[in-house]
Amino acid sequence: MADAMMTADAGERAGALSRLFQGGEASTTAGPLTLSEMPVPGQINLRGNPSDAAFAEAVAKVLGCRLPVAANTVEKGGDFSLLWLGPDEWLVLTAPGAEAELSAGLVEALAGQHFAITDVTGNRALFRLSGTPAREVLAKGCSLDLHPSRFATGQCAQTLLARSGIILSQVDDAPSYDILPRRSFAEYTWRWLEDAMAEYR
Amino acid sequence: MLLIECPWCGPRDEIEFAYGGEAHIARPADPSKLSDAEWAEFLFFRSNPKGAHRERWVHAAGCRRWFNVERDTVSYRISRVYTGACEPVGEGQ
Amino acid sequence: MAEFRNSSGGRIDRARPLTFRFNGKRYQGFSGDTLASALLANGVHLVGRSFKYHRPRGIVTAGAEEPNALVQLETGGYFEPNLRATQVELYDGLTASSQNAWPSVDFDIGAINGFFSKLFVAGFYYKTFMHPRSFWMRVYEPIIRRAAAGARAPSEADPDTYDKMHAHCDVLVAGAGPAGLMAALEAAKAGARVIVADEQAEFGGSLLGETSGIDGIPAAQWVEKMRADLAAFPEVRLLPRTTVTGYYDHNYLIMAERKTDHLGRGMGGVRQRLWKVRAKRVVLATGAHERPLVFADNDRPGIMLAGAARAYVNRYGVKPGNTGVVFTNNDSAYEAAIDLAKTGCRIEAIIDVRPQATGAMAQKARAAGLRIICGAAIAGVEGAKRVKAVEIAPLSSDGETVGGPVKRIECDFVAVSGGWTPAVHLLSQSGGKLRFDEAKACFVPNVSVQAETSAGACNGTLFLEGALEEGAKAGRAAVEAVGLMPAQESALPKVETVEAAPIHALWIVPGKKPVGHGKAKHFVDAQNDVTAADIMLASREGYRSVEHLKRYTTTGMGTDQGKTSNVNALAILSRTLSSPIPSVGTTTFRPPYTPVTYGTLAGRDVGELSDVARVTPMHGWHVARGAVFEDVGQWKRPWYYPKDGESLREAVNRECLAVRNGVGILDASTLGKIDIQGPDAAEFLNRVYTNAWSKLGIGRCRYGIMCKEDGMVFDDGVTTRLGENHFLMTTTTGNAAAVLDRLEDYLQTEWPDLKVYLTSVTEHWATASIAGPKARELVGELAPDLDLSNDAFPFMSMKEATVAGLAARIYRISFTGELSYEINVPAYQGMALWEAIFAAGETHGLTPYGTETMHVLRAEKGFIIVGQETDGTVTPFDLGMDWIVSTKKPDFVGKRSFSRPDTARTDRKQLVGLLTEDPEEVLPEGAQITADADGTPPMPMLGHVTSSYWSATLGRSIAMALIADGGNRQDTTVHAPLGVKTLACKVVKPVFFDSEGARLNG
Repeated sequence: MADAMMTADAGERAGALSRLFQGGEASTTAGPLTLSEMPVPGQINLRGNPSDAAFAEAVAKVLGCRLPVAANTVEKGGDFSLLWLGPDEWLVLTAPGAEAELSAGLVEALAGQHFAITDVTGNRALFRLSGTPAREVLAKGCSLDLHPSRFATGQCAQTLLARSGIILSQVDDAPSYDILPRRSFAEYTWRWLEDAMAEYR
Repeated sequence: MLLIECPWCGPRDEIEFAYGGEAHIARPADPSKLSDAEWAEFLFFRSNPKGAHRERWVHAAGCRRWFNVERDTVSYRISRVYTGACEPVGEGQ
Repeated sequence: MAEFRNSSGGRIDRARPLTFRFNGKRYQGFSGDTLASALLANGVHLVGRSFKYHRPRGIVTAGAEEPNALVQLETGGYFEPNLRATQVELYDGLTASSQNAWPSVDFDIGAINGFFSKLFVAGFYYKTFMHPRSFWMRVYEPIIRRAAAGARAPSEADPDTYDKMHAHCDVLVAGAGPAGLMAALEAAKAGARVIVADEQAEFGGSLLGETSGIDGIPAAQWVEKMRADLAAFPEVRLLPRTTVTGYYDHNYLIMAERKTDHLGRGMGGVRQRLWKVRAKRVVLATGAHERPLVFADNDRPGIMLAGAARAYVNRYGVKPGNTGVVFTNNDSAYEAAIDLAKTGCRIEAIIDVRPQATGAMAQKARAAGLRIICGAAIAGVEGAKRVKAVEIAPLSSDGETVGGPVKRIECDFVAVSGGWTPAVHLLSQSGGKLRFDEAKACFVPNVSVQAETSAGACNGTLFLEGALEEGAKAGRAAVEAVGLMPAQESALPKVETVEAAPIHALWIVPGKKPVGHGKAKHFVDAQNDVTAADIMLASREGYRSVEHLKRYTTTGMGTDQGKTSNVNALAILSRTLSSPIPSVGTTTFRPPYTPVTYGTLAGRDVGELSDVARVTPMHGWHVARGAVFEDVGQWKRPWYYPKDGESLREAVNRECLAVRNGVGILDASTLGKIDIQGPDAAEFLNRVYTNAWSKLGIGRCRYGIMCKEDGMVFDDGVTTRLGENHFLMTTTTGNAAAVLDRLEDYLQTEWPDLKVYLTSVTEHWATASIAGPKARELVGELAPDLDLSNDAFPFMSMKEATVAGLAARIYRISFTGELSYEINVPAYQGMALWEAIFAAGETHGLTPYGTETMHVLRAEKGFIIVGQETDGTVTPFDLGMDWIVSTKKPDFVGKRSFSRPDTARTDRKQLVGLLTEDPEEVLPEGAQITADADGTPPMPMLGHVTSSYWSATLGRSIAMALIADGGNRQDTTVHAPLGVKTLACKVVKPVFFDSEGARLNG
């Protein structure tokens, strides 16, 4: 028995809210709004020079989608999204567990180039906020102009939500947003969102 | 709350940025060749002008890129945002 | 129906009566009333006592500019002071009371101040309460605070919810009066994103009290039509009860919205909301405030502004009294007189300081049967708690004196107009400049600094037709400026315009005695009890700048910020100095326009949301184990784990001994971690650390110190070489973001040629640090496939291995001096790892320890903590760490500074160990160190204690200190004077335990 407990399940990935929702699903609603923590996605940080054709091509080949070079945009491949974070930095979100293979593929394709592939799967939690007033809830703590003419599905941004840095990305026109706080900020961000949603109950 | 145009991410509130002091003060290529007075000049002396000021900002909560801003220290109006490791000093507007 | 309420007219709902209490008495008002209008309806004018003299004061205005009628509302957590009765919307059950009145507004002990009023002249604080100096804190200040109480602060937590919201728009319209509505509609028609904010419950501004029509329909109906038109545009946001309160840089504006105040307190939902607006263009349509005339005893209850009297009767159906006198220097009061007479007030006379009244307005008044007395003034007022009569006397042709026969008119109210002051507050806040318009006798906008336009009364355009036209123009210009096409121009609404006769500025109305003589007072600033005599005295005493005048006399301060008084004060100063008004200047307005509650400013950043609490993946375990937490930056770190009611010291002693004698575990996940990749990674480290990195082997770790260019220690940590071009740097917990910013700065701006990429992985890894002589045994059980011998896995190296079934990186580094393994797994497996370690650790007596024990253990070894042993003025040499500074590298950050004369001094403050003579005494951290045993202050200070603990391992106290010339003071005795006693300490090397480092290998 003791021996069994000494070995953890390597396939098991704890969400960032497992302290608040012990064993349960991290999800809450308020009127038309839903907020949920999504299963921890694979996260790969990618650095490289997008004006170097060899780099862009190699990445496109492995991921099966273009490297987003327009600021604050997202490209979608099969099972993953590629988020623009900066002029030489991207975040690849994969299905949980798919990051190792994808990383290896990228490293192999980029061999000989100057790049950085870093597994950052533990870096951030992923929350999804959905429902008509979602834009307003975010506006309580985010100074970005989220008007549909300025920030639409397929766009992303690194910004602040209240006192937490987040990656924000609009995933559909419901509207639904993916919110990725750093993992240690996850409890704060969740509580803040829950509190901001309360008025729509 | 200034509105600063990050050259990469677009206009964002000042709160997303960190300030880096006066721009275009290059680190000397070989500090050992400098006299104490010259080194002190690099370390401690800044122009602190009233009016157009070229200064450094980093988009700390965004893309983490450093860039330069030309800002009027009286009106706080930003006349220019530009990148470049150490762009030659041009005439301010 | 209350005595002074008309049976019809106004915008109140007589079918919805509301009951409220004021100063303990029950009254009735109606839905649509303000507290002020409901009080006036009940004949209550006396609402407070003045600040210095405790004179009885009444309601003067009908809006935000009110200087007198300050009230406090409700009790307990809902208690709120400093509200203007003129802006408080009445709700059923409202409870209000006067401020500044003790024991009651009718009988106020403080009124005795009036008899000593000579004490309260300009600058009385500075003159009266100077001597003896010791009296200030003990005697004067408490008395002044009680007498001039202003308002009390609430004593209980506010149970209501507040909120904030960011908003963006093409055009923000501040004020929904005639100009604002026109501007908003033009902007909306062009397809712009528009926000219209108005401080009142209803849109319309001055039109809500207007009796004439617009476009052939009553003004109020026109307003409603405009509002409905605007509401139909999807990109238009209408915000009534919302005050644009601050205008900051780059067209950033703050608005305070009162969402449920009009319903009462504790209504649930959000009570007030702070809006933070970034507007491309702003149209300021904030209207104007009427000024009083400065005449003898002009502060008696019953004396109010003419525009306010008109608003009360037209908008609220409330008569300010039965019999009134109108006193004016301009035409606008004539409209008030006409409307008051029409709605049941007896208007005895219009007293006009102008020599003749022949204009269209005067003719209209005469046609309405009103008597006009020209070239005359009110020279005196009878009545204290309510005006009883006024004395009218002819004015000399220069306006300096009154003479001739005095006529006494009995009345119970006086409606006064001294002209209008454009509400230029927001323009002034935006940095815009004003100019004085002699013809209009007021300051008007002159130079715009930000993207805004003023329209209507706030631009000095004080007639309706002009305001409508300017508003439309401003709206069109605004949309054009943001790149939209204005809609086709349409005809302006038609209004009846009566040509106004010019205003006649009379800044001081002479009384029967010269100003400042006799009992009568000419009040300028009613809220601060500043009289014309005070201003004249101040200017005689040499206060020539309006900014100095303001601070010396307090004119223009307080909750109303001088909205009704600033221009009068300025004009009187200018008159006394014989210097034109523009050269005396005007004071700068600062936010907020009207007071904003702390709740609104705090929003939802209260309680557990007041700051971020960053937690590690193992936080839940620490909480369950009863850990006491310490804040490190925003992190919550276990400080110690008390067992069975242990004190901090007892718990830490137990934890320290467990690590030194057995095995302990620390959650070290909070350390900053930066992944460094690229062919120039080693060269980069060479440049940013003081020591050399090129030769570090793959899989090996090295400690580094990072300095700033000035040579002072900035950060430290262990960096590991993961591959030829791949390193992992750790930083201190609190400095992680600052280090990354600094490193990016060097890479991007100084050395862009270096091929290096940095990625923060602080949050990716969870770290369990296992330390103690039994650490190898425990880790061996968890990682059975790993060879843990000193040869296979030496100190300062890293291995990848499977630990408890999880892929992990293990670093053999030590911050305790004990054999130690830091096991890292991805954060999502942190808790699984931690629980598995404890499952295995039970038989080994595994003890969790917190940051306090970590601090003690590292101090026993003399390891520094950046930010504790350093403070930005400490070099590696000062720390005695010469060994970490490379002498071979040609350059690195900070190197050049080490040879600067001041940095190279040998007598700088240097790190030493201190042992108190009495081993039981633990020095307080921060204690000053002196050479003398019992000097009396002042005495030379050598330095201070940076770290100090009880060491259970050594059975005595230990400390570290930075003291001048510390290196040469070894084995001498220094002293720590602590006030009650002075502790003698021996200076030693800052290593107290295992100085050979034998324990590192277990």
